[in-house]
Amino acid sequence: MTIATDWIICEHCDTLYRAVPLQPGQASLCRRCGAVLWRQPRLGLQQQLALTITAALMFVFANSFPVITISFEGLANAATLGESVKALAQGQITPMAAVMGVTVILAPLLQILLLFWLLGHACGGRVAPGFKLCMRTLEHLRPWSMLEVCLLGILVAIIKLGSMLSVHPGIGLWALAMLAVLIILISGKSVQQLWALYEART
Amino acid sequence: MSELPFARDHGLVLCHICSKACQADSPTCPRCDSAVHARKPHSISRTWAFLVAALIFYIPANTLPVMYTQMFGSASENTILSGVIEFWKGGSWDIALLIFFASVVVPCLKFFALGLLLVTCQRRSRWAMRERSRLFRFIELIGYWSMLDVLVVALVAALVQFRSLSTVEPRLGILFFGVVVVLTMFAAMSFDPRLIWDAEVTDD
Repeated sequence: MTIATDWIICEHCDTLYRAVPLQPGQASLCRRCGAVLWRQPRLGLQQQLALTITAALMFVFANSFPVITISFEGLANAATLGESVKALAQGQITPMAAVMGVTVILAPLLQILLLFWLLGHACGGRVAPGFKLCMRTLEHLRPWSMLEVCLLGILVAIIKLGSMLSVHPGIGLWALAMLAVLIILISGKSVQQLWALYEART
Repeated sequence: MSELPFARDHGLVLCHICSKACQADSPTCPRCDSAVHARKPHSISRTWAFLVAALIFYIPANTLPVMYTQMFGSASENTILSGVIEFWKGGSWDIALLIFFASVVVPCLKFFALGLLLVTCQRRSRWAMRERSRLFRFIELIGYWSMLDVLVVALVAALVQFRSLSTVEPRLGILFFGVVVVLTMFAAMSFDPRLIWDAEVTDD
């Protein structure tokens, strides 16, 4: 199955191609500028749905358990992702808390919910209500989901504090690591294959 | 390479949201209802605006402290660069390099690359088009890693809260730095890489 249109246009140089059928995992490249035109998804819809449900579980764990715990002369302190966002919400720098809240909590959460909604209906052979709106929102969300950066940030914070205090990674960190990988797997362009199904059913 | 046809010459326009090839005369995509444009509107002036704004904010982002640390009775304020130097002197040169790359090299590379792309597109240069295309995809890919320092400061500030013994607080510099990252992301999004290749069309 390829995307339903006969034509593929390179988004980086406007070159026009006729779509060719691809095997899963294969990608077509633009001959003019070298950009990827279309990558045939490796995962089927049901597999993507399964990963989305896993991601939803990991999201709950990543946000309800502390990512790091520190202890210092008998005192201990733990921070969850939400508390880190709150740490930025003070005084003049409050807008930064909103940016962090969107990039590490809200955007991934919305991605998971929308994917679950769209894939769940698609696996049942239906078109999800609000299909177009959900697909457009997903597309706009993608650049603002920064979990992998957050993961690296946590590792840097661990090393930064590790020289002065004793630092223990929490359950939240492991869940976040898995969530970051899952989001990369499910939030790519592969969801665009739903457009082809949508066109076939309407 | 002029044998490869441009979509524009065939009356087709790409929908950026759902990748459908739309008829050039329709204002919205028939499949996903979002607005379609042959080129992103006012791409060059918008990108310049975001880029210049980001450059201006980059000055306070580097001169103002990003973090206030009060530990074991001694208080200090760190800027982004002094934080990097502290890591380096403390022996963790790898983390120092990582933060230096994310907070200094990546934003500067973005300023330089977007500036270069804008100037060459305005001059309709046909120099190294394929490489410039690749450069744009590269900065789109690495751009958001600059957010690293903001997240590190937030985490450390959330953790180190031992009242009188030691506290860490974020400072104004981190706001400016975060704004720089967001503005450079907007700049990269408003740049239309197809402008690089338009030079080839009009010269033929």
